[in-house]
Amino acid sequence: MNLETLSIDQARAALTSGETTATALAEAHYERIAQKDDEINSYLSLAKDRALAQAAKIDALLKAGDPLPPLAGIPLGIKDVLTMVGSPATAGSKILEGYHPPYDCTAVAKLEAAGAVLLGKLNCDEFAMGSSNENSAYGPVHNPRALDRVPGGSSGGSAAAVAAGFCVASLGTDTGGSIRQPAAFCGVTGLLPTWGRVSRFGLIAFASSLDRIGPFTKNVKDAATLLGVMAGSDIMDATASHTPVNDYVAESQKPVAGLKIGVPEEYFGEGLDPEIRAAVEKSIADLKAAGCEIKKISLPHTRYAIPTYYVIATAEASSNLSRFDGVRFGLRDKSASTLTGMYRQTRDAGFGAEVKRRILLGTYALSAGYYDAYYKKAQQVRTLLTRDFLSAFNEVDAIVTPMTPTPAFKLGEKTDDPVAMYLADVYTVAASLAGICGVSVPCGNTKDGLPIGVQILGKHFEEGMALRVAQAVENSQP
Amino acid sequence: MPTASALSPEVLAKYQPVIGLEVHVQLLTKTKAFCGCVNLYGGEPNTHVCPVCLGLPGALPVLNEQAVEFAVLTGAALNCKINPVSIFARKNYFYPDSPKGYQISQYDKPTCEHGYLDIPDGNGGLKRIGITRAHMEEDAGKSIHDGFPDSVTRSYIDLNRCGTPLIEIVSEPDIRSPQEAFDYLTKLKEILLYAGVSDCNMEEGSLRCDANVSVMLKGADKFGTKAEVKNVNSFRFIRSALEYEIERQVEILESGGKVVQETRLYNSAEGVTYSMRSKEQAHDYRYFPEPDLPPLLISEEWKNKILKGLPELPEAKRTRLIAEYGITEKDAETLTASASFADQFEAAAKASKSPKRVAALITSELTGRLNAAGLELEQSPVSMKGLAMAADLAESGELSSKMLKQLLDISFEKGEDFPVVYEREKPQQISDTSVIEKMIDEVIAANPKQVEQFKGGKTTVSAFFVGQVMRLSKGQANPALLNELVIKKLSE
Repeated sequence: MNLETLSIDQARAALTSGETTATALAEAHYERIAQKDDEINSYLSLAKDRALAQAAKIDALLKAGDPLPPLAGIPLGIKDVLTMVGSPATAGSKILEGYHPPYDCTAVAKLEAAGAVLLGKLNCDEFAMGSSNENSAYGPVHNPRALDRVPGGSSGGSAAAVAAGFCVASLGTDTGGSIRQPAAFCGVTGLLPTWGRVSRFGLIAFASSLDRIGPFTKNVKDAATLLGVMAGSDIMDATASHTPVNDYVAESQKPVAGLKIGVPEEYFGEGLDPEIRAAVEKSIADLKAAGCEIKKISLPHTRYAIPTYYVIATAEASSNLSRFDGVRFGLRDKSASTLTGMYRQTRDAGFGAEVKRRILLGTYALSAGYYDAYYKKAQQVRTLLTRDFLSAFNEVDAIVTPMTPTPAFKLGEKTDDPVAMYLADVYTVAASLAGICGVSVPCGNTKDGLPIGVQILGKHFEEGMALRVAQAVENSQP
Repeated sequence: MPTASALSPEVLAKYQPVIGLEVHVQLLTKTKAFCGCVNLYGGEPNTHVCPVCLGLPGALPVLNEQAVEFAVLTGAALNCKINPVSIFARKNYFYPDSPKGYQISQYDKPTCEHGYLDIPDGNGGLKRIGITRAHMEEDAGKSIHDGFPDSVTRSYIDLNRCGTPLIEIVSEPDIRSPQEAFDYLTKLKEILLYAGVSDCNMEEGSLRCDANVSVMLKGADKFGTKAEVKNVNSFRFIRSALEYEIERQVEILESGGKVVQETRLYNSAEGVTYSMRSKEQAHDYRYFPEPDLPPLLISEEWKNKILKGLPELPEAKRTRLIAEYGITEKDAETLTASASFADQFEAAAKASKSPKRVAALITSELTGRLNAAGLELEQSPVSMKGLAMAADLAESGELSSKMLKQLLDISFEKGEDFPVVYEREKPQQISDTSVIEKMIDEVIAANPKQVEQFKGGKTTVSAFFVGQVMRLSKGQANPALLNELVIKKLSE
């Protein structure tokens, strides 16, 4: 059994045919992690007790010949910003070292209720802030396709674990591209659901109005399967939508002939790696060959997306991260003699440089006298960016863009230049701000063998459409 | 009472105080504002908590519908406009009893705005105090700085209160004296109790008050610099706290100084206010819309449904009781001290032929005895039915007021209802005309001088004869009959 390519369908077939058991499948993954994760550093903690107990339950069902839930025995990895009882939740930060959450994230609980086996918690940039996974307090993650390169971020561990065959699929989170960009860097599929499609309860917040939970998978159909399980309203999340949950698998498998595909000119400008351009244009040509109508469109406010994103995301982060104060959980600097001193020393010791930078930026943007110029203005631009997409979707069914301007860069290449790092988010943050859905799907490799991804964007709550176009791109790969 | 200085009344009289009050009221919802934890005062520390009100990483707030209903009732009771769209906002500050590092509140789009309430103007009329806004927010936990063996080096935190739904009611700076502030709070409390949204228990902190105070020379058109006085948390202290602060400011101005904009803390034990933080040290709360909560939408339909649950408010009730039962304004004031008190009165008034006398009996006889016995109206040995019976007996003259008082005393002594006592103790009333006439003759014979006075036109002296005969009969003469016969005999 090739774990690197093992999909949900394949794993399920192997389980039902008796080729393997849920326990054996979990053990096989743990063995592979033990052998190979030292060089990749994707798992921060393993949840063997919980995983093997669940596997035993699934095996009992198999043995009894009882009906199997949709994800029966499927081994999954979970990004360490999501809570899971029995496992630490560090969010990649020292400030949460040793913290064990007392409750399950809704999305995680739904997957387990559907039979999934939760192997453990995956490395990420601290509080999901970063584009390279070099901001983790627990060391960087290495790209399984090229160990000297970054896996992308912030869900680098989640992308790498799927690419390396350390799980069949994983959960990540995406605030400004943290699922889509690492999926592209590692050559796996990543799904960004519409904001509100999947409950955020149990997601350690970075920027609440942007944060989303989504899957990394080995193919588009698996992403549709996982979304179907996780999507829906939640009494614990007032922002989780009541919009009906569709049959995403069925929708993703529909033919694409006759669909209108938008290609925004703003996403093909300066700075785009020529090999990526060629691969994305090839995918567009493949879609045309499959019967899609290709339309040039314009998203005129695109160039404001990065500054807008970094104002809103950091503003919300500055508030969301206030609760890490050393009072109730996680790290506390006990040497301080005053309350303020305890706050300062704890947060100074517990947060990494990038997190501190963003807290400072966000605090500034919300300060009296600056609010109107920064936060309020950014919210206005956000509305314009959203309108860009909404008017485009009046004409097209989906939008196709490059996923990243460059392939995975080398570890350490951009760590001294935060602005260069922020600019790597150029193709991801507009969709984040607009709240729309998208899929990052592999569309080839550079001549050096680095994966290339293409981004398929869909209207709010039309994940089925985005997955359908992504499936067509996947089908056209050799 | 300590004062800031020995300012003469003449100096004080040159200045006009300007006061605005911010009142925090805990709502009596079953559960907390944003989670399912029970909303209950007290309890073992940190037992009424969950990931949401503990602010654990990943937890999210979900708004309690009952808190919205109570906010709408409060707004309506205070004549506010209920906004169809209101926005929750985060108020960011660090403090150990605020677990998220921010309080969920409302900022530029509160649920209720532009209301008012009326207080007595001191001349028998009413003065209207504007209410700027009434917004929803959550309470913090409690920091406990003493009472533990290691309290010198350590503070403890109890988060049971954390997440309790609050309404903050902000008045316009329309209040002009400590007495008006007291009246405003009194009225506010009365209305909130009637609306049933809070128990307004100041000891338990369910009603807390901060005051913005400034002074200006009388006739000036610009307010002076204000100080915010925190912790004015008792009806007993509100007046003295404000008087102290007003005198403090006047003294500064009189000695040529300037009042500093700052936050001051009232210390009720010492009766003074202390500077807590200056304007420069003031928090920048960095308000921004709470991204974890969608805008609160209150449709006309929902609002109307909620408002069906709004009970009759004190002012309306007083007006109605006066009109319906013909009672005096003063009695109406006493009888509407609480909604349940008024309800009890109405129950008795409906059972009696003389509501007016019921009102008088409650205010003059019952409340005094209840107070003396330390009982609430609900605990009264005399039921409302019993009271109605007593009123009817008094009205028909079957029972003298003296006898009535005695029977009520027995009721309270033995804890028996009035009808029981009456049946047992009722006077063997003398209604035999000849017996009463005989006693009248006796009294007339013994008091020729008073008889002369009566015949001379001073008819009021008949009361003297009634009293004497009543005493002679040991209070058993039928009062109505006695009255009639005394007049008849004297006029013979």
